[in-house]
Amino acid sequence: MSSKRPKSKEARKSKGKDKSNETNPTPDGGALESGHPDYIFPLVLTSATQELFGCRADEDVTGENPYKLLKKEDIIKDMKTRASVSDFSPVKQLVLDYPEDELLLVFDRDFTYGQSFYLVLTVEAKENILKPSVEGDEEQMKEEEVEEEEMIIPKTPVSHPWISLGSEQEIEEESVTESRPRLRYKISPLLRHCGAPVCFSDRSALDEKEGFVECPSYQDKSFSIREMEKHTAIQASCDTKHSSTQTLWKYPKNMWTQYEPREFSPEEKEHHLRSEHLKNFITSVLIRFEISLQQNYITDVFCDDWTALCEDDGMLAGKTETQLKEYQTFMDLHFSKEKTISHVHWHPTISGVIAVAMTERLSLEERIDNSTKLLLNPSYILFWNFTDPINPQLQLECPDDVLCFQFCPSDPNIIAGGCMNGQVVLWDISAHVERLQDTRSSSKNISNKLDKNNVTPVVRYCAVSGIENGHKAPITDIQWLPETFELSKLGIPVENPSRISVQLVTCAPDCSVLFWDLRPPRVVSHSLTDVKQKSEEKPLENPHGVPNTFKHLNLTWKPFIRVSLPKIGSSGEYSPLKFSLRDNTVDSPTGDKPPQNTDREEGCGFAQLRVPSAKQQKPLENISTKLYVGTEEGELVYTDWKMEKDNDSGRLLSTKPIHRFPLHDTLVNTVSRSPFFKDIILTVGSSSFAIWKEGVTNGPILMSAFSKKMLTVGHWSLSRPAVFFIGKEDGSIEVWDLLQNTHEPSQSQNISSAGITCIRTSSISSKQHLLAVSDCLGTLHILQIPWTLRRSSNSEKQIVRKYLEKEEERLEYFEKRQIKHEKEKKEMEAEQQRKKTEPVLPLKQEEELEAEALKKYEQFLALEKDILKNMGLLNGMEDSSDM
Amino acid sequence: MLIVLQLYFSFHSNDRQTEEAPVLSDMAEVEDTLKRIQGINGVIGTIVVNAEGIPIKTTLDNSTTVQYAGLLHQLTMKARSTVRDIDPQNDLTFLRIRSKKHEIMVSTDKEYLLIVIQNPAE
Repeated sequence: MSSKRPKSKEARKSKGKDKSNETNPTPDGGALESGHPDYIFPLVLTSATQELFGCRADEDVTGENPYKLLKKEDIIKDMKTRASVSDFSPVKQLVLDYPEDELLLVFDRDFTYGQSFYLVLTVEAKENILKPSVEGDEEQMKEEEVEEEEMIIPKTPVSHPWISLGSEQEIEEESVTESRPRLRYKISPLLRHCGAPVCFSDRSALDEKEGFVECPSYQDKSFSIREMEKHTAIQASCDTKHSSTQTLWKYPKNMWTQYEPREFSPEEKEHHLRSEHLKNFITSVLIRFEISLQQNYITDVFCDDWTALCEDDGMLAGKTETQLKEYQTFMDLHFSKEKTISHVHWHPTISGVIAVAMTERLSLEERIDNSTKLLLNPSYILFWNFTDPINPQLQLECPDDVLCFQFCPSDPNIIAGGCMNGQVVLWDISAHVERLQDTRSSSKNISNKLDKNNVTPVVRYCAVSGIENGHKAPITDIQWLPETFELSKLGIPVENPSRISVQLVTCAPDCSVLFWDLRPPRVVSHSLTDVKQKSEEKPLENPHGVPNTFKHLNLTWKPFIRVSLPKIGSSGEYSPLKFSLRDNTVDSPTGDKPPQNTDREEGCGFAQLRVPSAKQQKPLENISTKLYVGTEEGELVYTDWKMEKDNDSGRLLSTKPIHRFPLHDTLVNTVSRSPFFKDIILTVGSSSFAIWKEGVTNGPILMSAFSKKMLTVGHWSLSRPAVFFIGKEDGSIEVWDLLQNTHEPSQSQNISSAGITCIRTSSISSKQHLLAVSDCLGTLHILQIPWTLRRSSNSEKQIVRKYLEKEEERLEYFEKRQIKHEKEKKEMEAEQQRKKTEPVLPLKQEEELEAEALKKYEQFLALEKDILKNMGLLNGMEDSSDM
Repeated sequence: MLIVLQLYFSFHSNDRQTEEAPVLSDMAEVEDTLKRIQGINGVIGTIVVNAEGIPIKTTLDNSTTVQYAGLLHQLTMKARSTVRDIDPQNDLTFLRIRSKKHEIMVSTDKEYLLIVIQNPAE
């Protein structure tokens, strides 16, 4: 027991912060169970004693606070007073021996030592009891705190003595220790050898057999050491695995779905319309809508007034330059002498290139006189490039003077021209296109140019039409049909699958308009003739370096439709000079265009195209087949090119023209459609011009005043719908702006001294619009169009349209007035007639009238009487009437 | 095509109306209101669409109506989800689309959509 005591004390002391509840604050905790230590003396205290000492059970001292310090003197006093009756009598001696003044009395609630109280007899024990309790309290408090905080306090490691588990044996086995003391040997030579002279010499190990001892390694068959340990490295890696799947597709299957939108039945709609919710929603939302709708009505929030304002202003007083500025002039020294330019055309794709047709400046008689000389001097079409004002880039050789030519719209390398002798000529310049493009870019390299371009290449024509089949008069106008449709034999427009322009229209004063097809005509009989043709074609060479594009047409070409223009109302025919087709666009049903390869050899293209049979062709409905023709007599004829079959003879005849307008007194030199309005046409005669609208048959919408100088040519502006240019005989250009003045040109400017022969506009870029003007002397002037003339305002088209409509209305009104006038005139005449035949009637009528008047007067008098009577004024009236 | 979305975030108070017994008056009221909207200057058409995009009442022809209803319903759903993504407490009330030719206004509700197409007078 005594050994336990210190242990428990030590244990208590050593455990500083112990969370466990083992250290019970009750003194001597659970360590002691039976008996009591020497310093503890259990006591029974009577209630009197308890009251006396102030340690009543459960009152002064409790289970939680069992300690009570009693004074020694008091105990001694009590013992003296009550002698043997005192409860303290058994401890009398002990108390007296107690060194200190105060003794500890502990209330033993649990009767640990058998009694309800016990006295602690030694000072040490007292201290211990009090302190551990305090400590225990502290510990308890700490524990409580710790428990409250729920913190884990790390245990500081406590050193334990090492417990052997058998590992030291292995270490002992491995370690190397000396098993016996080391042996020491000392070897020394005999004394007599010491100090004797010694001679050292070298000896090679290889000299003698026994020079060295070798221990080579050998394969020991009986080697049986088992490798116990082995160094290996292991790395974990995943398996890779290849796998693939393929969906099975047994057979292709067409699938389609069709859907239609969901809709409500009328009953459901009714149901919804009746719902309360809808009503609430709509009524609540109404205000919002009204506000927004009115907002839009009041003002357009998104309109940028600033920009709109500046546009209008710009037209009036913006830039000051209004004149056409001279940009460049082209005149060729070799070829332009005594020649005039008949036609000018800008290259449609290459900017800065313009083609000019040069013709002889001779009248008909002079031509006949000099015909031989003319044959030796062929005429040309020259290509000019802005980069080189002196040398033309390209020359196209013509069989005769070309009066008009056009680039093919689908392929700018094909040029068709009409000659003086009635032939249609075709050129293919695809071989020289790079030249035209190159020189534009390498304008800085002058040295290069001098080397290469001393000689302008001459391109000979690919094909000419047969003279018998073509026109019998000089061809004055030629145009390509657009690539969207082509014409059948009867002139019915049909779909063009190849999407390249293959047909031309020409007109000449021999009273016919001819339609030409570029493709080889249908060959009815195959095999033999085909084979022959093929074999014949091969050995044919190109003597002049002419491409084979139109070999199939050369000299055998003939038109497939011949439209004649019989006069309305009289016999004879109109002789067309210029014509204008309606610009028809067709929506392609398939929606895709075949790719236009510029590399594709056009030769194969055209030769391989065949005129499709009439059955295959699908007629198109939206194409207008009517055209306007300006004639030599100054009339504008509106006709249809469709051919009709004459029932009697079975031949194809052209229909009679629909309208004719005799307006100009001399020949019409321009019939041109406005690029903005498809049905507005400008015709220029010698002394006046007129604007017509297709469909309006009363007359021209606008007719200009007669001018003093002859007008030679007219041309619409490409950028402004209200502007067109008129060229005059004295070399000046008039700019007419419909929005400003219609009675006089807005501007007039003199360009050259000779008469203008052709005007063409082109837009190189948005900032630069050029006007090409050619004159009688063979000079080509390029002028820059100023800003005012090229910039159109947003609403200009609308304004012009409104103006034209107004003019149309004016014409109609005029007509109506005319009719009305005539009617009135007739009526007046009829009345006069009537008046003449019945002179007696007026007299009779007068008599009747007088009688009627009298009657009325009497009626009036009676009425007056009645009224006065009613009003009570009759008396006075009677008196006055009597008088 | 110029499209400008103007999203209005506003609260609107429901009109409290005394409920009158017959259902017909509700329908007449709805008709009246729609007529009123249709009568405003410049309005081309009005369409009432349900929550799924099926038109209930319209003043335009069937094919146009169906097209407008379907497309605008999708756009409205998208606009609404946009608004709510930004702020879940918010909701789309009014959508205006201005194009070169017309202005389309859409007002949304939990169950219905009212579409008005106007030609802003210039």
